[in-house]
Amino acid sequence: MKKYYSFFRLRFQSGLQYRMASLTALTTQFMWGLMECLAFKALWESDITAFPMEYSALVSYIWLRQAFFTLFNTLSTDNDIFNMIVDGGISYELCRPISLYSMWFSRNIGGRLAQATLRSIPVLCVSFLMPSPFQLRLPINLNAFLLFIITMVLGLGVTVAFCMLVYILCFFTISPQGLRMVMTGAVELLSGDLIPLPFIPEPFRSVIELLPFASMINVPFRIYSGDLAGSEMIHAIILQAFWLVVLILIGSLICKNAEKKVVVQGG
Amino acid sequence: MKLYCKYISAILKSTMEYKLSFFLMVIGRFLISFSEFIALSFLFSGFTQIKGYTYSDILLCFSVMQMSFAIAECIGRGFKVFSSMVKRGEFDRILLRPRSTILQLLGMRFDLGRIGPLATAIITLIIGVRKSQILWNTGRIITLFFMISGGTLLFLSLFMFGATFCFFSIEETELTNVLTYGAKEHGKYPIDVYGKGIMRFCTYIIPYTLIQYYPLLYLLGKTDNWLYALYPFSVVFFLLLCYGFWRLGLRNYKSCGA
Repeated sequence: MKKYYSFFRLRFQSGLQYRMASLTALTTQFMWGLMECLAFKALWESDITAFPMEYSALVSYIWLRQAFFTLFNTLSTDNDIFNMIVDGGISYELCRPISLYSMWFSRNIGGRLAQATLRSIPVLCVSFLMPSPFQLRLPINLNAFLLFIITMVLGLGVTVAFCMLVYILCFFTISPQGLRMVMTGAVELLSGDLIPLPFIPEPFRSVIELLPFASMINVPFRIYSGDLAGSEMIHAIILQAFWLVVLILIGSLICKNAEKKVVVQGG
Repeated sequence: MKLYCKYISAILKSTMEYKLSFFLMVIGRFLISFSEFIALSFLFSGFTQIKGYTYSDILLCFSVMQMSFAIAECIGRGFKVFSSMVKRGEFDRILLRPRSTILQLLGMRFDLGRIGPLATAIITLIIGVRKSQILWNTGRIITLFFMISGGTLLFLSLFMFGATFCFFSIEETELTNVLTYGAKEHGKYPIDVYGKGIMRFCTYIIPYTLIQYYPLLYLLGKTDNWLYALYPFSVVFFLLLCYGFWRLGLRNYKSCGA
């Protein structure tokens, strides 16, 4: 356990090193969120009855997504692993006497947390200070806040476990770029990154809510504002835990297989 | 022009050497932009209109912005990778050759992979046109054409503007990315949806409304003022402005070694 913790810590620290100059990135995040709030406000004003969430819940959803963007970002952050697979650096990784899967898993989480700590705090501060309709509210009660934290952890786990699956599948193809892009498109839509899942019409919505992608950002961000509560919420949390276990199991199984078959082409 | 065609055919040949990876890339890019379209159609299955614009209006707007951006990225990729070229000293090589720098820059980095998003744009355009109740006459078709070409020019100018920053600081700036990607992403709604402040910014600072909002009003028959259809032409002034800035930067250029 200690060695995985140190991989986590190493990645966390190197993540903090590089991220000091990301002021412009923060502006981007912030402007993006604001534009989205404005667009949904226009929709809300056009037809209040068709709006499936409270407007304030939606605003919280958007700001949380902007703030924790790097935490749940699928596949576009961790270039190291992709590069390693392409340029053959993977052979060094395989030489280490520890499990590849757990090593990458802890390192991945470390990198994400490092970026997120730097990026989320300023975005959260600004969005708490926004004028009224665009303000990020405090969580509705302490209970929701605690559940928000728990589901964030579960959601992060599901996200990373899913990313791990894609990394491992890259062992079997020489061109990871294509696979990665196909996955990005699908995840963005199905996880509720493009539009929150309540906006998706019914037959599709109930299917999408069962998929692992719905266990990523959908659950914690909606619990925060009280949009997801009661028995529906309990189902969602159980589903999250289920997917986390299943994805990790599948991932580590394929990983063991891939390790045996991997052919390093140069490097 | 002949030289530009030569560049493009050379790039075509080299991409065709790696067919599979190229096609996967195109499909991937297509899916990313296509999922945006699906999200939009999901959204409008619940809502009938946004500030008086219907689903088909939004689709037209979305496809115009997507198409302009895809074409501009296809042609203007050279500007986007410019900072790394400066860092590696590749730009010095270009300066040594007795041909126009911009032509070489754009020719060398022509990016064919953007036909993915372009396909999405064309599909949404077709759906938008079929769903809408616009009476298509020559004036309206020409307006649509003006919007797309004006949009392409605007995005190209912005890419050039971003590249020019590399002359003054070697670090690349994310500032223009907000403007270009942001406009592509949020330009799917007519700009007046976002309210007065954003409208003003998008008219007087970066002239987005001139290629999107005003000609769109004419296209949708919300106004009879045909002058609005000609507004995209004014983007040429913006392009000239950016070109002037580029020239200014070029004069200040100091190589930072290879």
